Amino acid sequence: MNDVWAFFSFSDPTVRIVSLGTVFLAMSASVVGTFAFLRKRALVGDAIAHAILPGIAIAFMLSGTKNPVVLMMGALISGWLATWAMEYITEKTKLSNDTAVALVLSVFFGIGIMLLTHIQHSGSGNQSGLDQYLFGKAAGMTEQDLWTYSVVAVLLLTVVLSLYKELKVYSFNPDFAAVSGLPVKAIRRILNLVTVLAIAIGIQSVGVVLMAALLITPAAAARAWTSSLKIMLILAALIGGISGLSGSLISYLSPAMPTGPWIVMTLSIITLLSLFFAPKRGALSRLLKQRRHSQKILNENLLKVFYKLSVERKLEQVGLSVDQLQAERAINKSDFAAAIRRLKRKNWLLAEGEKLKLSSIGLVEAKRVVRLHRLWEMYLSQRLNLKEDHIHPNAESMEHIISPELEALLLKELDFPTQDPHNSPIPYAN
Amino acid sequence: MRKMAMLGDAISHAVLPGIVLAFMISGSRDNFSMLIGASLAGLLVTLLIELLHKKIHLQEDASIGISFTWLFAIGVILISAYTEQVDLDQDCVLYGEIAYVPFDLIYFSGGELFFPRATIISGLLFLLTLGFVLVAYKGLKITSFNSDYAKSLGISTLAWHLVFMSMVSITTVLSFEIVGAILIVALLVVPPATAYLLTKRLKQMLLLALIFALLSAIGGYYLAVLLDASIAGAMVSLAGFFFLLALIFSRLRSRSLKVDAYLNE
Amino acid sequence: MQIMENQTALEVHNLTASYQRKPVLWEIDFKVPSGHLIGILGPNGSGKTTLLRNIMNLMEADSGYVKIFGKDLDEVRSRLSYVPQRESVDWNFPASVREVVEMGRYRPGNLLRRLKSSDKQKVKAALEKVGMLAYADRQISELSGGQQQRVFIARSLAQEADIYLMDEPFVGVDAATEEAILSLLSGLRDEGKTVLIVHHDLQSAYQYFDWMILLNTRLIAAGPKEEVFNSTYLREAYGGKLNLLSKLGEIIAREQFPLREPDFKEKEGSGDE
Repeated sequence: MNDVWAFFSFSDPTVRIVSLGTVFLAMSASVVGTFAFLRKRALVGDAIAHAILPGIAIAFMLSGTKNPVVLMMGALISGWLATWAMEYITEKTKLSNDTAVALVLSVFFGIGIMLLTHIQHSGSGNQSGLDQYLFGKAAGMTEQDLWTYSVVAVLLLTVVLSLYKELKVYSFNPDFAAVSGLPVKAIRRILNLVTVLAIAIGIQSVGVVLMAALLITPAAAARAWTSSLKIMLILAALIGGISGLSGSLISYLSPAMPTGPWIVMTLSIITLLSLFFAPKRGALSRLLKQRRHSQKILNENLLKVFYKLSVERKLEQVGLSVDQLQAERAINKSDFAAAIRRLKRKNWLLAEGEKLKLSSIGLVEAKRVVRLHRLWEMYLSQRLNLKEDHIHPNAESMEHIISPELEALLLKELDFPTQDPHNSPIPYAN
Repeated sequence: MRKMAMLGDAISHAVLPGIVLAFMISGSRDNFSMLIGASLAGLLVTLLIELLHKKIHLQEDASIGISFTWLFAIGVILISAYTEQVDLDQDCVLYGEIAYVPFDLIYFSGGELFFPRATIISGLLFLLTLGFVLVAYKGLKITSFNSDYAKSLGISTLAWHLVFMSMVSITTVLSFEIVGAILIVALLVVPPATAYLLTKRLKQMLLLALIFALLSAIGGYYLAVLLDASIAGAMVSLAGFFFLLALIFSRLRSRSLKVDAYLNE
Repeated sequence: MQIMENQTALEVHNLTASYQRKPVLWEIDFKVPSGHLIGILGPNGSGKTTLLRNIMNLMEADSGYVKIFGKDLDEVRSRLSYVPQRESVDWNFPASVREVVEMGRYRPGNLLRRLKSSDKQKVKAALEKVGMLAYADRQISELSGGQQQRVFIARSLAQEADIYLMDEPFVGVDAATEEAILSLLSGLRDEGKTVLIVHHDLQSAYQYFDWMILLNTRLIAAGPKEEVFNSTYLREAYGGKLNLLSKLGEIIAREQFPLREPDFKEKEGSGDE
C-alpha cells in the first residue's frame, strides 16, 4: 500500500512523466477513436497501427538516430500512406473494404518486420529498443517524450474541438454531410491525419498490436452510458485516462509487468462492465426491462380474468377462489402466485379470507385493459380490415403496450365506440 | 471472397494466451498441446465476439477489436508474469522463425528418412486444404455467392460457415510456428487478392493465388537471406510487391480499355 | 406433381414481422390460389420484401404462420423457387452464367457430388428459355442488367418448381428483357404454376398481373385485379403509413415489448378474452 501512496504522491519524476505521458496518449487516442468507432472503422485503426512500423524502420535507417520526432515523422508518413492505400484499393478495385484493410495491415507490417530484423541483424549499435514499438515501453519515456506527446495531445484536442460540429455530422451521416455542402473530402483527410497522429504517439505506451484497443474500447464503453456525442467524447477520454493511469500504477508496483497490456486489461474490464451494467443501454438493464414487461403482462391478464368472472358473469359479490381463477386461464402456479402477490401489493386485489376480490381501483385498472383490448380489436377490424376471428391474438399483445396517449388517439380515431367487433361492450371509466 | 479477412487477423492474435497457457501447463513446446491451447483460445475469442455482437448488440467491428486485443493483452501479461518458466519469445510468436525448422526433425521407421517436422505438418495441411476445397467446391461457391438463395434451397448456410471457419482456424493454428500470428493473415489475404485483380474465373483465381503464394514463399526466403532479415516478413513483403504489380497492371488495363472504347465511338 | 385448379397455393395467417425490433408487417392475412400471376404492390418500405423473406423463412416472424399447399415450408421446399433482388448479389463474383444457373440444381443432398447429366440438360433448357444459352460460358461480371436478371430467372426455372417468388425482377431491366420475362412468366401461369412478384411500378401492374396484393405494412386488399385495383384501395396503400401503427411500432422498438406472449397458443375461431 505504501507503494501505491508513493505512486500517487507523484514525487518520483519518473512516475510523473510516465503516468502523465500515458494518460495524455490514452486520452488523445480515446477521443480520436470515438470517431473511428462511430464510423465503424475500428479495424482501420488496427491496420494503421501495424502499418506504422515500416515508417519507423525507414526513418531510423535514413537518419541513423532514435530521435522520437524523426521516428514519428516516419510513422506519420507510413500511416498516412496506409490510409490512402486502403481507400484507393476500396474505391478503385473490386476488392472489398475488409480485404483492403487486412491486406494493407499485413503487407505493411510484413515490410516493417523485414526491415526491423534487417536492422537488428546488421549490428549497428543504435538499434536496440526499436522493437519497443511492437509492444510499447511506457516505462522508458523521457521528459522530452512527454513534452512531445503533450503538444500533440493538445493539438489533437484543439482540432477536434474546433471542428466539432463538422465532425459530428460527418461521423453520423457522411451522405447528408456531402449534400449539405460540407467539404467531406477535407474533413475525411483531417480526421485521417488526426487518427494517424494519435496512433503514432499512442504506440509508445501500448505498442502496435494493442493500439486498436486504445482507440475503440473507451468509445464502446462510453457509448453504453450515453447517446450524446459530447458526453461520449468526455467519457471516452476519462476512461482512457484512468486506464492509462492504472496501467502505469500496476507496472510501477510490479516491475515485471508491462504497462501496455495492463492498460488494455483495465480498459477491457471497464468496458465489459459498462456494456453489461450501464443503465438503459446495458445488457442488465435490458434483461430487467424484459422481466418488468412479463410481470406487467401477467398482472394485466389476471385482472382481465377477474373482470370477466366478476363483472361480466356477475360473480362480483362473492369473491373468487384461486382455483376458479386458475381454471379460466392457464398460467403456471408460481407465476400465478407471484402475480397475485403483486396485485395485492398494489391494492388492486383484496383478500377476503380464502377468496379474492377486485378493489375499486383494481376495477378501474381492469376496465382499462379490457377497454384497450376491445378498442384495438375495433381498430384492427376497421383499419386493417381483419376478420373477427383474426383479431384476438394481436389484441392480446397490444393491450399491454398501448400507452394512455395512444389510447386517446385511438378513441378519437374510432370515435368512441361502445362495442367491439364481437359485440362485447367496451367498458369506460365511468 | 467471404469478407472475413479481419476475423482471421483477430483470431491469429487472440490465440496467444491459449498457446502460453498450453506451454505453461504442458511444460514443453510440443506442437500438439500448443494446437489445443490455440484452438481453445480461437474458440474463446469467437464466442466472445458473438456474445458482444449478438447479445449485447455491440457493433461488429468493435466486438472483434475489443475481443482480440483483450485476449492478446492477457497473453502478453502471462508471458511477462512467468518469464522464467516460459521459453517463448514474444517476437518469435508474432513473426516466427523458420530458420529453426530444419533442426526439428521427425524420424520415420528405419531412421533413414527424416523431414523437418514442420514440413510434414504443412504438407499435411496443404493436402487437407486441397481436399477440402475440391470436395466442398460447390457448397462454398453457392454460400459465398448468394447465401439467401442457398438457404431457400434448404442448404444450411450456418453449417457451411462453421466448417469454413474451422478450416481457417486449423490453417491459422498450424501455420503458427512457421510464420507467426500476424503474417498468417497476409498469406490468407494477399495472394488471393492479387489473383482477384487479374482474373474473373474462380478456378483460375485459385490457381493464380497458389502460384503467387509459392513465388512469395520461395522468393521471400532468398530475399531474407540477402537482407539477413525475418523470413516471414520478407515473404509477405514480396507478396505485397506482387499485389502492387497486379494493381498497376489492372489499372493500366482498365484505362486502356476505356481509351479503346472512346476511340471506337 | 399434380396441380389442381383452385388449390390454395399460399396461405399467410396473422403474420407480424419486425425489422430491428420495429414491426414492419402487421397481422398480414390472405390466401392465394394456384395458377395465377400475382403482383405484390405497395410503396417503398411497406414490407413487400419482408413478406417474401418471411414466406421463405429467411427471417423469423413475430407471430402468425405461412403454409404452402397446406404444408410447412420445409416439407415442400422443392416446390418453391426464390429469386432475390438482383442487387443483393455481388456480380463481380468469379462465376460464369452456366455456373450460376447450375446452382438451381443444387440441393443439400447433392452438394458434395458432381451434377448429373440430367441436371446439366435442365440447366441448358433453362438457359435456352431465357435466351442466354449463347452466353453460357460468359463471366457474370460482363453482363448487362437485363442479362443478369435473365440469368437469375434461368436459375429459378432450372429448379422446376410449382411456386415462384420473385423480388422486383423488372427493376433496371431493358424493355426487350422485360417483355421476354413477362411472356415467360405468363407461360408458367398457363401451365398452372403460381408466380408471386414484388413489383415496383404501379403503371404496368394492371397489365401484367391477374391477381394483386396491396400492402402498406398492413394488408390493404388481396384479390383479382379488378376487385383490388381501384382508387379507394390505392389511395389507402399509397397514402402514407397509419399514424397509430407507426407510433405503436416505435414504442415496441424502444421498450422491446414481446409481440406474442410465451404461453399463448394461436387460437382459431371467435376471439374473446
